Amino acid sequence: MATAYSVTLRTPASTATLIAAAVLIVALFAAPAYASRGMIQDLFFILTMLTLAQYWNLLAGYGGLVSVGQQAFVGIGAYALYGAVILGGADPILSILLGGVAALLLAIPTAFFAFRLQGAYFAIGTWVIAEIARLSVAQWRGVGGGTGTSLPRDALRELAFVDGIRALFDVRASAARDILSYWLALTLAVITIAGVYWLLRTKRGLALAAVRDNTEAAKSVGVDASRMKWVVFLTSAFGTGLAGGLIYLQKARISPDAAFSVTDWTAYVIFIVVIGGIGTIEGPILGVLVFFVLQSLLADYGSWYLMVLGLIGISVMLFAPRGLWGLISERTGLQLFPIRRRLVGGSNTKREV
Amino acid sequence: MIWIDTIIQGILLGGLYALFAAGLSLVFGIMRLVNLAHGDLIILGAYIILISVTVLGLNPFFAILIAAPLMFALGWALQKLVLNRTLGEDILPPLLVTFGLSVVIQNGLLEGFSADSQRISAGALETASISVGPISMGVLPLLTFGSAILVIVVLNHIFYRTAIGRAFRATSDDAVTASLMGIKPERVFATATGLAMVVAAIAALYLGVRANFDPSIGPARLIYAFEAVIIGGLGSLWGTLLGGVIIGVAQTVGAAINPEWQILAGHVAFLVVLLIRPRGLFPRGN
Amino acid sequence: MALLETKGLTAHYGDFQALFGVDIHLEQGETVAIIGANGAGKTTLMRSITGVLRNAPEQILHNETPIGHLPADTIMKRGIAMVPEGRKLFPSLSVEENLIIGGQHKGGRDLGDRIDSFLSRFTGAPDPMELAAGHDGAGYWTLETIYELFPILRERRHNPGTALSGGQQQMVAIGRALMSNPYVLLCDEISLGLAPVVIKDIYAALPKIKESGASVIVVEQDIGQALAVADRVYCMMEGRVTLEGRPSEISRDDIHAAYFGAVA
Ligand SMILES: Nc1ncnc2c1ncn2[C@@H]1O[C@H](COP(=O)(O)OP(=O)(O)OP(=O)(O)O)[C@@H](O)[C@H]1O
Ligand SMILES: [Mg+2]
Repeated sequence: MATAYSVTLRTPASTATLIAAAVLIVALFAAPAYASRGMIQDLFFILTMLTLAQYWNLLAGYGGLVSVGQQAFVGIGAYALYGAVILGGADPILSILLGGVAALLLAIPTAFFAFRLQGAYFAIGTWVIAEIARLSVAQWRGVGGGTGTSLPRDALRELAFVDGIRALFDVRASAARDILSYWLALTLAVITIAGVYWLLRTKRGLALAAVRDNTEAAKSVGVDASRMKWVVFLTSAFGTGLAGGLIYLQKARISPDAAFSVTDWTAYVIFIVVIGGIGTIEGPILGVLVFFVLQSLLADYGSWYLMVLGLIGISVMLFAPRGLWGLISERTGLQLFPIRRRLVGGSNTKREV
Repeated sequence: MIWIDTIIQGILLGGLYALFAAGLSLVFGIMRLVNLAHGDLIILGAYIILISVTVLGLNPFFAILIAAPLMFALGWALQKLVLNRTLGEDILPPLLVTFGLSVVIQNGLLEGFSADSQRISAGALETASISVGPISMGVLPLLTFGSAILVIVVLNHIFYRTAIGRAFRATSDDAVTASLMGIKPERVFATATGLAMVVAAIAALYLGVRANFDPSIGPARLIYAFEAVIIGGLGSLWGTLLGGVIIGVAQTVGAAINPEWQILAGHVAFLVVLLIRPRGLFPRGN
Repeated sequence: MALLETKGLTAHYGDFQALFGVDIHLEQGETVAIIGANGAGKTTLMRSITGVLRNAPEQILHNETPIGHLPADTIMKRGIAMVPEGRKLFPSLSVEENLIIGGQHKGGRDLGDRIDSFLSRFTGAPDPMELAAGHDGAGYWTLETIYELFPILRERRHNPGTALSGGQQQMVAIGRALMSNPYVLLCDEISLGLAPVVIKDIYAALPKIKESGASVIVVEQDIGQALAVADRVYCMMEGRVTLEGRPSEISRDDIHAAYFGAVA
């Protein structure tokens, strides 16, 4: 009887997901060949928000670290890129990596402080650090101080690959830059999802999921969990910094209030994750699509839009705390990115461990 | 001399921050709930007072008699209908729901009152000052500070000397056993949040009379309040007052050196205290 | 007419069923003991009666009124008080405050109850004051009489409740429950972890408690103690009542079988 069991992470759906994902990624990479410039810009927005949402979900949904200060890493990543390009004449694309590194460096002292704050106070602690970062950057005259600055035209003109893309799709330079940014965003999103999935399936990641699911287990793996908190926090900061650099490379204009905006880079991201389904990889993907649709429909209504978004977020949290994806997977048992180990075989095939 | 003046300004400013913080501290102490919308609720209170003053022509200090019961009812209903559902082991639901609430209130105010700066007018009081020797102090900041002390004395009295205060402490210790004593925990929590909103209304009065406000400034007030609570040590209202004073003094001293450093200096003071005393200055035992 | 009665009482913790149709009853003026091994479901039974766990209305009757669905605070206001397992004093409250809080919400006529009662006229919800009715909380027990019953508590009244010895803490827990002047007092393992002399002291209070008009259910691990104080005894095993009788009528062997299952 015992031999009839085996432990697996794979579900039939996950194999199908893998194939579908591969097809989707190829199709998305080829998008510039058939999609309009407006659509490429929309996709860029969706993909960067998705990336931010995945990292926030990793923090809050898996690590239990509810940060309201992710804008610190978006802003610092973006400003590192601007600083390197404007003051150091660095290559903009390589400077995206620098954005990630800068966010990582900021994350170390941030974690040091914020981890001293228990539970809910951690949230506001991260917010304070983000405010400090914003106020400090506003003092940095070299990149425009409080009013901000633009990327120099020269740097944009000499952007690598742009000439190649112009020739390939027969488009203007600005459209070619959008295509380049889009490809980078797509690459980042794919790496992010794959990386988060991988991280959660490592032994430590599984412990993390166990901690979230079961507070008793949390006590027995206490030591591991605290190291995992650091890993999760630093990883999220790095990825968020990369996204920040990329977002502002595409925008080509920056100001502290925009780059460190709690609404744009944390509130939206939280709503995406909550509406889609916190604590799953599928949730943010679904959430970002819903968010995009809502924004397309309602963005003209300004503050009404934000109120509606807030009310939807509250309702989801109260009445369907596992989000849209939670509702779907409850009804169908579908799991595209299975993380928990399942015991298969024997008579009791559906037991989760 | 200018420095003494600056520091006194800072101390008095700390009274305002303690008023922001007292409600936050009360609610956290009783139900371990951090209300991320606390700052926005204060701003909402300021608009309620503003309307009472402009529409009904009331003196702002009488308008508080309208705002306080309204805010109590709002807090009570909010807790009873929404926040009670989020309480539990998991810290995510209360955080995310109150964060959503913050966004809703902010944008609701924006829709209702536009982004224009407002101010509650208190007539001659705004500029009145008294001199003690060479130092002159504004009457309004003094009133603010006095109110903060009064609020803390009253809250401590309620907490430690009254039946509802006993129910607060018992429920916070152990809600299930409290219910065996005939206490309804949901009702106790609702009352606590209502009380916190009354304090928020008082804070709103002084916030609105002292300086301009608009719908977007709530989160910054939340942050000051939070810093005061953490510096003071969770659970001690006098500690919260001291925390507010530290933030206030840091801000006025920072501003005296360079006007752009005002807010930054407050945050930095918070980080320094957190670095030296991770549990705040007066942590409650256990 | 039974003062308190359970009929086919079931209870669950998530998927786990802890009680399987428990029938017990308590008559006016009686002392009933419930014995059983660890995990038999005694505490679960107490938690169900007091409303900490909710049940179907008809599974628990108080003066023939279904109360299984009522919340703990309403049940308490009907005059059913509990000394919980593990004493559960409030650490933030002094000894005296722990006692006071036991009585401060008796009667179910505080402002909140009045408001809820008023609202229930419009919402059609059951009126909480009506549900709690029948118990005005007036009676023998006051701070003074509790201090007479347990004089040591008067000396310690300003100490935090948790700064007392185990026996003293148990006295506070009993006093706290008595402060509401209950008709029914449920005591869950009041002798647990206490020295025999202390247990004797605590049980010495029982006659006085009965005299004040309360009927009592004691949950006891100590069979000797249970048989000594009770008018009737129930023995539970694995969520069921396996034996019921008067102490004089049941034998050691009966109890042994009811406690550990049939002996081979
Ligand atoms: N909170 C809970 N969650 C899940 N199961 C529980 C819980 N409390 C009790 N149980 C289970 O219910 C059953 C009955 O427990 P209960 O506490 O009622 O027993 P008891 O007779 O009071 O035991 P003891 O003499 O040890 O106090 C036990 O199997 C126990 O494991
Ligand atoms: Mg028990």
